[in-house]
Amino acid sequence: MKKVIVIGNGMVGYKFCEKLRAKADASQISLIVYGEEPLPAYDRVHLSEYFTNQSEEDLYMAPRSWYDEHQVTLKTSQLVTTINRDQKTIQTHTGDTESYDYLILATGSRPMVPPIQGVDKKGVFVYRTIEDLEQIIAYAKTVKRGAVLGGGLLGLEAAKALMDLSLDTQVIEFAPRLMPRQLDQAGSDMLKSKIESLGIQILLNKNTSQIRGNGKLDGLDFADGTTLETDMLVISCGIISRDELAEKTGLETGKRGGFKVNEQLQTNDPNIFAIGEAASYNDMVYGLVAPGYDMADTVVEQLIGTGNKTFTGADMSTKLKLIGVDVASFGDALGDTPGSTPIAFEDKNTGTYKRINLSSDRKKLLGGILVGDSEAYGMLLQITQNGMALPPNPEDLILGARGGDSGTEMQLPDTAQICSCENVTKGDIVCAIKDKELTDLNEVRSCTKAGTGCGACSPMVADIFTDTLKAMGQTVRKTICAHFDYTRQELYSLIKVKNIKSYAELLSAYGSGDGCETCKPAVASLLASIWNEPILKQDTIQDTNDRFLANIQKGGSYSVVPRVPGGEITPDKLIAIGAVAKKYDLYTKITGGQRIDLFGARLNDLPKIWRELIDAGFESGHAYGKALRTVKSCVGSTWCRYGLHDSVGFAIEIENRYKGIRSPHKLKGGVSGCRRECAEAQGKDFGLIATEVGYNLYVCGNGGANPQHAQLLAGDIDEKTAIKYLDRFLMFYIRTAEPLNRTSVWLNKLEGGIDYLRDVVVNDSLGLGEELEKDMQALIAAYHCEWKEAISNPTMQAKFKHFANTDDHDPTQHFVPMREMKKPAEWGLVANETK
Amino acid sequence: MTSELLNYKTVSPDEVTTWHEACKVTDFPQDGGLCISYQGLQIAVFNFSQRKEWYATQNLCPHKHQMILSRGMVGSEGEEPKVACPFHKKTFSLKSGENLNGNECKLATYPVKVENETVYVGFA
Ligand SMILES: Cc1cc2nc3c(=O)[nH]c(=O)nc-3n(C[C@H](O)[C@H](O)[C@H](O)COP(=O)(O)OP(=O)(O)OC[C@H]3O[C@@H](n4cnc5c(N)ncnc54)[C@H](O)[C@@H]3O)c2cc1C
Ligand code: FES
Repeated sequence: MKKVIVIGNGMVGYKFCEKLRAKADASQISLIVYGEEPLPAYDRVHLSEYFTNQSEEDLYMAPRSWYDEHQVTLKTSQLVTTINRDQKTIQTHTGDTESYDYLILATGSRPMVPPIQGVDKKGVFVYRTIEDLEQIIAYAKTVKRGAVLGGGLLGLEAAKALMDLSLDTQVIEFAPRLMPRQLDQAGSDMLKSKIESLGIQILLNKNTSQIRGNGKLDGLDFADGTTLETDMLVISCGIISRDELAEKTGLETGKRGGFKVNEQLQTNDPNIFAIGEAASYNDMVYGLVAPGYDMADTVVEQLIGTGNKTFTGADMSTKLKLIGVDVASFGDALGDTPGSTPIAFEDKNTGTYKRINLSSDRKKLLGGILVGDSEAYGMLLQITQNGMALPPNPEDLILGARGGDSGTEMQLPDTAQICSCENVTKGDIVCAIKDKELTDLNEVRSCTKAGTGCGACSPMVADIFTDTLKAMGQTVRKTICAHFDYTRQELYSLIKVKNIKSYAELLSAYGSGDGCETCKPAVASLLASIWNEPILKQDTIQDTNDRFLANIQKGGSYSVVPRVPGGEITPDKLIAIGAVAKKYDLYTKITGGQRIDLFGARLNDLPKIWRELIDAGFESGHAYGKALRTVKSCVGSTWCRYGLHDSVGFAIEIENRYKGIRSPHKLKGGVSGCRRECAEAQGKDFGLIATEVGYNLYVCGNGGANPQHAQLLAGDIDEKTAIKYLDRFLMFYIRTAEPLNRTSVWLNKLEGGIDYLRDVVVNDSLGLGEELEKDMQALIAAYHCEWKEAISNPTMQAKFKHFANTDDHDPTQHFVPMREMKKPAEWGLVANETK
Repeated sequence: MTSELLNYKTVSPDEVTTWHEACKVTDFPQDGGLCISYQGLQIAVFNFSQRKEWYATQNLCPHKHQMILSRGMVGSEGEEPKVACPFHKKTFSLKSGENLNGNECKLATYPVKVENETVYVGFA
């Protein structure tokens, strides 16, 4: 007979007993349950009903007699304080000890109480147990006003309860929206107006700085200077797993607390399991009852069944059971999946808001939000969870089928919400384009704000824009941003013809306003492409990577890539890189471009790192810039038995020729020594493949998200001709492309395509050939290693500091060990770890 | 997650009790920022030279909790002076701290004064 002890008699702990007893009676497994609370397990999910019934029995998961009938020994009002893993015993706060074969931790969680000054005052409550509710009810009888801190699922439920206790009720939320984890802004707005119509006031964006009152609370102060007079406060700011027993017992915990468990729900001690809100699986604590029940089931299977069942995570879809307001969110409700596009519908008259998020190919439903009408919740959840096929017009899922035959954006009704971050409808966009005569997509964005939030709707906004213009019989002119009414190509000519050397000059002569994060780097790139002057002369118009000549990574550290032309490197240089990496504790990785990336450099260390690299003969690799990155090569005729020409030698020559040249986007090249194409030259912006008599020159290829093969520009040419054509091709691209368009995108937009390009480059149809070659020659002559400049100039060097007033590194920057090296601490955890 | 954010609270000019000497004007780039350390806080101070204005905000970007805003690009949206976070280009008003292109929390802002070529940030 095995002996099982359960610590915690909450919903999940009880469910475990019930499921276990369904499979095994007392002759197979003896079962003892310890519960800290005086009552047997009750239904916390329906806790709020206690306000109306005030009957504990109605909430019990099972009456006390059930435990007797099923031979479960229930010990209430007993807090387990010690686990002795060696002897396999537990001890309670009254000193009782008991031995076990298997221990189940079902200790649940406690409300998280933020460290606000005054939380210990009388009149401040949490909302978790029947005892909490009794205290709330008693106190509420003596006062008139009550507030709830936290506008999540539970907070709103608590607020409804306070209102039912006839209190003048407010909800205070730190985030700019209600239920921030489940709803977007538009959904929150709709819910807010619904709840307010019930008589509950909602305060968003409120950072509570202090709870006021002499002994008992009489009001709250907020960081923005406003205040709220109230008589009681219920805190509902989330939960913290009750893993107090972990530390002294030597049980591991997850990153956000909770006993760390595997798929079998075992802790690091195979005889100890954790379930419910006490468990942390994959650093995730599930604050819902359904996953907890699933965990209970899994452990029962481990102890008595086949042991095949595992727990691998759970769905967090929820429906608010707040009386009077329908709210549901399911799957990826906020559209965080890369590439997901939302479709939204909003009707302020009826108070409905519906949003669904589609996968990038519009074939799958990822999740969504329903406010005001959650009838479709079940169906939509089904479709999401089972990956079911969508109707031809996916918007029918929330709008119902309508006439029309195609599924384009123009088919959507004007009321359809396109940008859910900023709450912009299709009608808003079309109207803005027509009324304000907008001719530029960026103007549409800044005018309507559509697409300025998460960006997921940008493609739809762009399509609506082009469709609307087409419907109005216009073509599209792409100006840079709201501050310059010029295309990139027009600015290129202006800068060159008017001899403009700085952003400030250009802005005052041809722009308006103060510039922005779109035009500044675009102009910085133009200035560099035209004059090739040291970019740090105007450091604050550069993107961060350019500004600090390194690539910023998670957590604010930088990565460093020295140039290794053609991928050829001497042993001494390899050793030098290794020595630097070791000295500055850098994570090293071989890149796809045949060089070595050194990660995790602190801002203050960059100049020191580069001084050592430069002393070892390295130059900047421009991995941080929209510039030539690498020219990849295969080993070529010097070693390879198939090689026709010295592809490495030619790659080095080309890489050194174009290094440091800034362009609308990054540039990559490749040289292969024979048609086996080991350098993958046809996947590059320019690629050369050796033939019996010379090289074939390919251009405008691209790897990445939308791969595209390069196209043949000229065949069987010698090296000199190849370089001539390359000079012309690159310069023509630099002159005419839109900002941040790779050569592939540029070619796709070029009227006449590759044939036109060949005419310009090979046949010199525009008579520009010589000029393009001359411009390129000037850029090559102006080459300088940016890092060499930076470390030889004390003013520039002084900019590489995190703090202006101390020499310290950023103390919030943290690394954790990984595979014998290091990696940055996870997003967001950085801040916590400094505490 | 919110704990670090809670350390930063907007200080309005009339609340200032301490003017902390941050840097010399000459330390600053044109139209750009620097980060200063003050009693465990990281404050981004911006020299908006295009407008001859100074601003200070928390250095912590509320989006992914990165200590980075001082390295952001300044600019304007309409009349509103703003800074763009280098990580994901969330933009924030330098005046109100409000997130201009999304739903991130507001930045805490701090008063700045310049006297004798020295830049001071106000704390309460
Ligand atoms: C008001 C409210 C509404 C909710 N609404 C929903 C909802 O609509 N949908 C949903 O899915 N979920 C909801 N939940 C969440 C749901 O109640 C929890 O997910 C569920 O109760 C978790 O069960 P548990 O057993 O893990 O923890 P709990 O039920 O919290 O039980 C843990 C028990 O263990 C005891 N304990 C802790 N440590 C010890 C110890 N050392 N010794 C002895 N005993 C100990 C505790 O006192 C507690 O009684 C709601 C919660 C609340 C508070
Ligand atoms: S961290 Fe600032 S925008 Fe993402």
